[in-house]
Amino acid sequence: MTIAQGLRRAGNDPSTAAVFLITILGALWSLFAAAYAPDAAMRGQSWLILGGFLTGIIMLVGTMAGGGVINDEREYNENLIKAGVIATMFWGIAGLLVGVIIALQLAFPVLNIEAFGFTNFGRLRPLHTSAVIFAFGGNALLATSFYVVQRTCRTRIAGGIWPWFVFWGYQFFIVIAASGYIIGITQSKEYAEPEWYADIWLTLVWVVYLLVFLGTLWKRKEPHIYVANWFYLAFIVTIAVLHVVNNLAMPVDFFGSRSYSLFAGVQDALTQWWYGHNAVGFFLTAGFLGIMYYFIPKRVQRPVYSYRLSIIHFWSLIFIYIWAGPHHLHYTALPEWAQTLGMTFSIMLWMPSWGGMINGLMTLSGAWDKLRTDPVVRMLVLSVAFYGMSTFEGPVMSIRAVNALSHYTDWTIGHVHSGALGWVGFISFGAMYCLVPWLWKRKGMHSKALVDWHFWIATFGILLYITSMWVAGIMQGLMWRAYNELGFLEFSFVETVEAMHIQYIIRAVGGLLYLGGALIMAYNVYRTIKGDVTEEDENVVPQTAAIPAQ
Amino acid sequence: MYETLSTFAQTGGLLIFMILFAGVLAYALWPRNQAKFDAAANAPLTESDAPETSGQNEDEIHVR
Repeated sequence: MTIAQGLRRAGNDPSTAAVFLITILGALWSLFAAAYAPDAAMRGQSWLILGGFLTGIIMLVGTMAGGGVINDEREYNENLIKAGVIATMFWGIAGLLVGVIIALQLAFPVLNIEAFGFTNFGRLRPLHTSAVIFAFGGNALLATSFYVVQRTCRTRIAGGIWPWFVFWGYQFFIVIAASGYIIGITQSKEYAEPEWYADIWLTLVWVVYLLVFLGTLWKRKEPHIYVANWFYLAFIVTIAVLHVVNNLAMPVDFFGSRSYSLFAGVQDALTQWWYGHNAVGFFLTAGFLGIMYYFIPKRVQRPVYSYRLSIIHFWSLIFIYIWAGPHHLHYTALPEWAQTLGMTFSIMLWMPSWGGMINGLMTLSGAWDKLRTDPVVRMLVLSVAFYGMSTFEGPVMSIRAVNALSHYTDWTIGHVHSGALGWVGFISFGAMYCLVPWLWKRKGMHSKALVDWHFWIATFGILLYITSMWVAGIMQGLMWRAYNELGFLEFSFVETVEAMHIQYIIRAVGGLLYLGGALIMAYNVYRTIKGDVTEEDENVVPQTAAIPAQ
Repeated sequence: MYETLSTFAQTGGLLIFMILFAGVLAYALWPRNQAKFDAAANAPLTESDAPETSGQNEDEIHVR
C-alpha cells in the first residue's frame, strides 16, 4: 500500500503500559510458584509460564523501542490476521497429528508406550481435542473475526496493543494448557481440562477480546452491523459466560495446580454439559457461521441468499441452543423432565440449522458453476453440507431411544468428526485459502491443483472416518445390549473392543488422509506467502476500492 | 422460594422469550426494512481496501 510509509504509531500509550503491568505481575506470580508450589507438576510448569511472561516482556520492550504499536486509522490491521492465519495452520497440523497418533493407539494399544506416562491415550486425548477445537478452531475464529469486523465496519480494529495481547495471550493459554495435560495437570472436565490459573488467564484474554470486538463495532463507519459480526459477538459473549461458570473452582493453594469445582454430583454434570454442548453450539457453530456468512458471499461475489433468513437463523439458534445440553445426560441422575427438555430443544434445532444451511448453499444461486471451477468454493459448500448433515444427525442421536443405543459408543465420535472435520475444518480451510492471497496480495494460490488435491484427499478421509465409526458404534451398541437366553450379557467388554479393530484401522487411515490434505495445504500456503504464484486465479477477487459513483 | 422462582421461570420466562422472539420475527419480516437489509447484505461486496476515515472518502459516503 502506498500509505505504508510514515505509519502512525501509538508510542507508549496506556494500553501498552497496562499489558506491560500484566506481564510483570504474571512473571512475579510464576516466579513465586516456582519457589513455593506444593506439587511437583506446578513447580515444573511455573518455569514455562515464567518463560512465557519474560518473552512477552521482551516483545513489549521491542515494540516500545520501535515507537509503539502501529495505530494508523488509515489502514486495516492485517499483520494481526496474518499471524492468525499462520497460527491456525500450525495448530491445525499439530492437533490433527495428535489425532492420528491416538487413533493408532486405539487400533494398536502397544503404541501407549508405558515407559513414559505422557504418551498414554488419557493424556494425549485432551491434547488432541483442545488442539483442534481451541487452538486450530480458536485461531481460525480470532483471525477471521478480526478480519471481518474491520472490513464490514470499515474501520481499523480498536484498542491499541490489546488485539495483539488477545492473539499472543491466547497462544500462551494454549501452551500452558497443552503442556499441563502432558505432565498430568487436569481438572477432568471434558473440553474444560485446564486448571484454575490457566482458566483465569483465558478469562482475562477473552474479556479483552470481547472489549476489542465491541470497541471496533462502536467506532464503525457502516450504519448496519453485518450479520457475520452478530454470530461472532454471540460466540464471544457466550463462551465468556460458559467458561467462567463451568470453571468456578477453589484452588487448593495459590501457587498450586490443583483446584476443586464449586459444583458436585448431578449439578456438576449438568453444568459441565451445559458448557460442553454450548461449546459446540457457540464455539463450533455460531463462530464458524460467522465465517460462512462472510466468506461464502465474498468468494462467490453474491450477497447472502436471504438477509432476513440470516436474522431469523441467528436469533432462533441463540434462543434454542442454550437449552440442549441435558441430552448428554440421558438415563442419569438428572431429572427426567430436564432430559426431555434437552431432547426437545435439540429436535427444535433442526429448524435454525437447516435454515442456515439453505441460506449458505442458496447464496450460490446463479453461481453454481463455481463449484466446478473453484475448489475453494467447493470446499466451503461441502462444509455447509456437512453442517446440515451433522446437525441432522445430532438431534436424532439426542432422542432418548436412539441415545440408548448410541451413547458412549463410537457413533458419537463419528458424529463429532463429521461436524469437526467436515464443517469446522473445511470452512476454516476454505477461509484460509481466501485470506492468504488477499492478505499477502497475491494473484491466487501457488497451485490451484493442490487445493483440489487437498479437497479430494481430505473428503475421502472424512468419509472413511465417519462410515467406519458408524459401523463400529452401532455394532458396539448392539453388542453391549445383547443378552443370551439365560439373561446374561452375550459379550464381555473386551470382545466388543476386539470386534472394532478393523474399523479403528480404517478410522486411522481416514485421519491420516485428512492430515495429509492439511500438509498439502501448508506447503501451498508457504509457497504462496513466499510469492511463488504464477497462475492468476479469477476467483481471488482483487480487493480494490469500489469506484465511487461520481 | 424454590416454588416461586420455578413458577416464575416457567410462566414468565416463557412469555418473555415468546414476546422477544415475536419481536425478532417482526423486525426481520417488516416490509419497510427490506431496503436496509439489501444494503447490509451487500456490505461484504462493496468494501474497499482501506478504512473510511473522516474527510478522505466523503464522496463515497454521500453516494451511499
